[in-house]
Amino acid sequence: MNDFVAPPIDWAAVSPVLIVLAAGVLGVLLEAFVPARGRRATQLALTLVALAGSLVAVGLLWDRVQEHAVSVVGGSYLLTPFGLAVQAVVGVCALLGVLVVAERTTTGQDAFAPAAAAVPGTAYEDETRRAGLQQTEIYPLILFATGGMLLFPATDDLIVMFVALEVLSLPLYVLCATARRRRLLSQEAAFKYFVLGAFASALFVFGIALVYGFAGTVRLQGVVAVLADPSVSPLGSMPALVLVGLLLVLSGLLFKIGAAPFHAWTPDVYQGAPTPITGFMAACTKAAAIGALVRVLFTLANGLDPATRHDVEVALWAVAILTMLVGTVAGAVQTDVKRMLAYSSIAHAGFLVVGLVGMDEVGSQAVLFYLLAYGLATIGAFAVVTLVRERTLTGDEALGDGPVPDDGVVLGEATRLAQWAGLGRKAPWLTAAFSLFLLSMAGIPLTAGFVAKFGVFSAAVEAGAWPLALLGVLASAVAVFFYVRVIVLMVLTPPTDGGDATPAEAATSVPADAAGGTGTGSGGAPSGSGAATLTGAATRTLVSRTVVTVVGSRGPAAFAIAVCAVGVLLLGVLPAGALDLAGQAAQFRP
Amino acid sequence: MTMSTGFPWLTVLIVWPLVAAAATALTGVGRGRPAGGAVTGGRFGAGAARTVALVGALVEVALLVGAFAAFDTGDAGSHQLTETYSWIPALGASYAVGVDGVGLLLVALSVGLVPLVILAAWREQGGDHARLRRFLATVLLLEAFMVTVFVARDVFLFYVVFEAMLIPAYFLIGGFGQGPQRRYAAVKFLLFSLAGGLVMLVAVIALYLQVPAADRGPQTFLTDNLTGLTLDPTAEKLMFCAFFLAFAIKAPMFPVHSWLPDVTQNATPGTSTLLICVLDKVGTFGMLTLCLPLFPGASRWAAPFVVVLAVISILYGAVLAIGQRDVLRLIGYTSVSHFGFIILGIFTFTSLGTAGSGLMMLNHGISTGALFLVAGFAIARHPRRSQLVGDYGGLRAVAPLLGGTFLVAGLSAASLPGLATFVSEIMVFLGSYARWPAAVLVAVPAVVLAAVYVLLTYQRMFTGTTTPELAGARDLDGREKTVAGVLVAALLVLGLVPGPVLDYVRAPGEVAVEQVGETDPPPVFEPAASSAAPVGIDGRTTEGSLL
Repeated sequence: MNDFVAPPIDWAAVSPVLIVLAAGVLGVLLEAFVPARGRRATQLALTLVALAGSLVAVGLLWDRVQEHAVSVVGGSYLLTPFGLAVQAVVGVCALLGVLVVAERTTTGQDAFAPAAAAVPGTAYEDETRRAGLQQTEIYPLILFATGGMLLFPATDDLIVMFVALEVLSLPLYVLCATARRRRLLSQEAAFKYFVLGAFASALFVFGIALVYGFAGTVRLQGVVAVLADPSVSPLGSMPALVLVGLLLVLSGLLFKIGAAPFHAWTPDVYQGAPTPITGFMAACTKAAAIGALVRVLFTLANGLDPATRHDVEVALWAVAILTMLVGTVAGAVQTDVKRMLAYSSIAHAGFLVVGLVGMDEVGSQAVLFYLLAYGLATIGAFAVVTLVRERTLTGDEALGDGPVPDDGVVLGEATRLAQWAGLGRKAPWLTAAFSLFLLSMAGIPLTAGFVAKFGVFSAAVEAGAWPLALLGVLASAVAVFFYVRVIVLMVLTPPTDGGDATPAEAATSVPADAAGGTGTGSGGAPSGSGAATLTGAATRTLVSRTVVTVVGSRGPAAFAIAVCAVGVLLLGVLPAGALDLAGQAAQFRP
Repeated sequence: MTMSTGFPWLTVLIVWPLVAAAATALTGVGRGRPAGGAVTGGRFGAGAARTVALVGALVEVALLVGAFAAFDTGDAGSHQLTETYSWIPALGASYAVGVDGVGLLLVALSVGLVPLVILAAWREQGGDHARLRRFLATVLLLEAFMVTVFVARDVFLFYVVFEAMLIPAYFLIGGFGQGPQRRYAAVKFLLFSLAGGLVMLVAVIALYLQVPAADRGPQTFLTDNLTGLTLDPTAEKLMFCAFFLAFAIKAPMFPVHSWLPDVTQNATPGTSTLLICVLDKVGTFGMLTLCLPLFPGASRWAAPFVVVLAVISILYGAVLAIGQRDVLRLIGYTSVSHFGFIILGIFTFTSLGTAGSGLMMLNHGISTGALFLVAGFAIARHPRRSQLVGDYGGLRAVAPLLGGTFLVAGLSAASLPGLATFVSEIMVFLGSYARWPAAVLVAVPAVVLAAVYVLLTYQRMFTGTTTPELAGARDLDGREKTVAGVLVAALLVLGLVPGPVLDYVRAPGEVAVEQVGETDPPPVFEPAASSAAPVGIDGRTTEGSLL
């Protein structure tokens, strides 16, 4: 009676998650004990080592999991090949995301508020800024979030899944509120995310309760067993419970993915959050949530009777169609880079769901590749956004308003699309990389995005959902329009006002040392001399006192952009290896 | 999995332009960028890039000669110089290249036109050498894609290149065009092409899934493996429509042609040459080499509709060309008309008509290319760079060579006997008459319309009294003479001695008819033979044997 038998735990299988979470705990301690000047370096090193270690653990586990799924503590932690592959995608994206987070640029400032607790606009805030404080808690927070993401797709237990959901969500809410610039927007975004996220969590929990009522267990395998033999559970004869429960659980997960009609938070949060966090969140959360979605959906769908399964399929079709429509149509009219990328991420959620409607191995393989392709392009794109800044005009450059108090100070990011006009002349390499990411998101051949889209649409057609695939390609065509519009703006539109600049004028406005994003952190901020170009005269006055400049990277962000660009190209031209790995991982063994 | 026969000519032809493009893009980077407007290149400055590009394009021509030497004309109907390498086994896609006679001619057209376009662009882009360097590098990059698309023997590879080449083409129009609405034209081009291409993507996927699961392997997408599948008739028709839509937009065919005039008006003549003369051939080439063999049943089913649309294109393009005021727009509309002929010939399912279409793809490329480039020379002489026909007059008096080459190119477009296009057009007409006599009778007036738009334009621009603005215009210089001379010589040679070239298109024509499951109808129109008689007088003995 009093004997407590410790369950045998396969520590190796849990190691990818444990390494990251333990490093997060260690990070909190470091925060207290390491002196301020060494804190950032220590935290950053710890974070990178932990994420790399987690990836190594994933690599070591790969072959073992291929043979049979590893179940720890009766399925509380269940490592399937698919779950492991999602962990790999999350790990890679998190590693690249942290590099962008660590970027301080040539201005010497990172993207985070010196003291997030300071009320915006107060003297206290000014004080902290002047003191040069840094908020290094972001690194442990990122580790906790990543830990939750790693656990999310690797469990058979709905309660553990809920815990993972909260572990990944709560740090993200905080991280969203920590932007250095436009702090009110950032805090508003965090609040919206928190309130809506809490609501989604409630739906999720309620769904779990219904499923538990039906099956008397929260283990997915147990639910499937009850579906097969309803007599073992008192309420086993009420399959409507499990259907409603499943739909509620799916709602919670679709919220995290940003699929319509649960997408409303995405544009605001993506816009308000510090841009490096937006990239991290967009890539990693989506991967983890899709992993969990596949886990729940595919396991339960196999047990459902055809009629109920059909109901779930109808819901998925509706979500896919709605999400693609909202993402592309609303994306086409955005005027802010971050909002545009947010809507593009909604559209991608739609394409991902299209790949899942078949609920089979082909779909999970396609989705895995898609997540990687999307993650690389997204992190790269947001990393580029972090480097394009506004700068106040110095006295003689100011457009007639006299000297500005803080001459030549680099301000926040220039996220209005109009400001990106002519960026190609100021930073050709950065523009090339951003164009590549956009082309990949658009699904142009020879980039990763094409192979990914080909995969999800094939999966849909194979599952008989060719109308969805057709709708998907039409949505892609609309999406291409707004991606290409940005490329046109950057590459073809001259950076000076007043219509066509002659080539000679254009040539003179190229700064002699336009620092490319892939430059290895040399040189100061280039003197972007062209005034911010606006397509309409109406918005002209708004930015008349700032110009757009590209700040140099001190290394990490440039490295991350380069890795993402190379990855996007490699996955597009020679995807055979990655597809084989995804094919191995897609074998969905319980 | 790996298979190649002999020297990999086609891969070399694909890779070399990429090398040349990289070399061009890197020549003189970081030099020759003085603060003042005009850039003086210096020996290795940005100005040297055009020399690098030209040499690269000429080396490509030399490589092409090698490929021709390795090609066996006796077996022009089957794919030669083949190479097959595993590319994405998981998707069933391979890197598989090879050409039949028509494919080789189109590769020759692409490779042959590029140096001429480079020469013609020598002084374009307002003297900004850095900009010209980017333009030329993009042209060479596009050349690599153009060669690949004509030699692809794998549907996936074809599709990838078909879509990917839109991006350089887009930048050529939108980034380097001279018209005020070039960005609008570029976006229109891209959206039209992508809409068609993405619909085709669904059909490509569907086609792959038509292969029984057990037979799917790492090389499923090879055109040969997808030919001769037993398809569900409805699915086959849908897939045909998706493929055909993409190709019809590309070709361009009425009613999805409307992007074309905007593009020709706003792009540089060189870009238009590559786009209309080479890139758009991908559409007709795709109909011939993908639509017919992959969907024979649906092709027979759709032929009447396609023929009607083709005839409409022929007449509509010609009529609208007459009404144009912008000379580049005018040439664009003449192409709509000519593409109608090509499509008509393909869907006659007679070996004569199909072979005629194959030849016409080459001939139209040369004659329209000549028109675009020579018109570009004329525009370069106008002080305001006007493209309006009405702003010219009496140009022949000051620039007789310019007028002469324009007239020859125009008359070839109007199918004057003795010039290249005549041979192919008569083949298309005769081939079509055997199967669709009514269509031919309706389309024949287009020949008269063609004479009208060519001669009317010539008359307005080159005859009469010289307008004051053009009084000081010089005649063609050496560079321009080279460009125009090569094209006119090609038109004359192909018009007077078409026999050798016919060897390349005849066998593929027969193969296409066989693949679609038709046989040549008996020659119902006996006078056809006699109408070809004057052809024979010009030394074209091959004609007789074809009939």
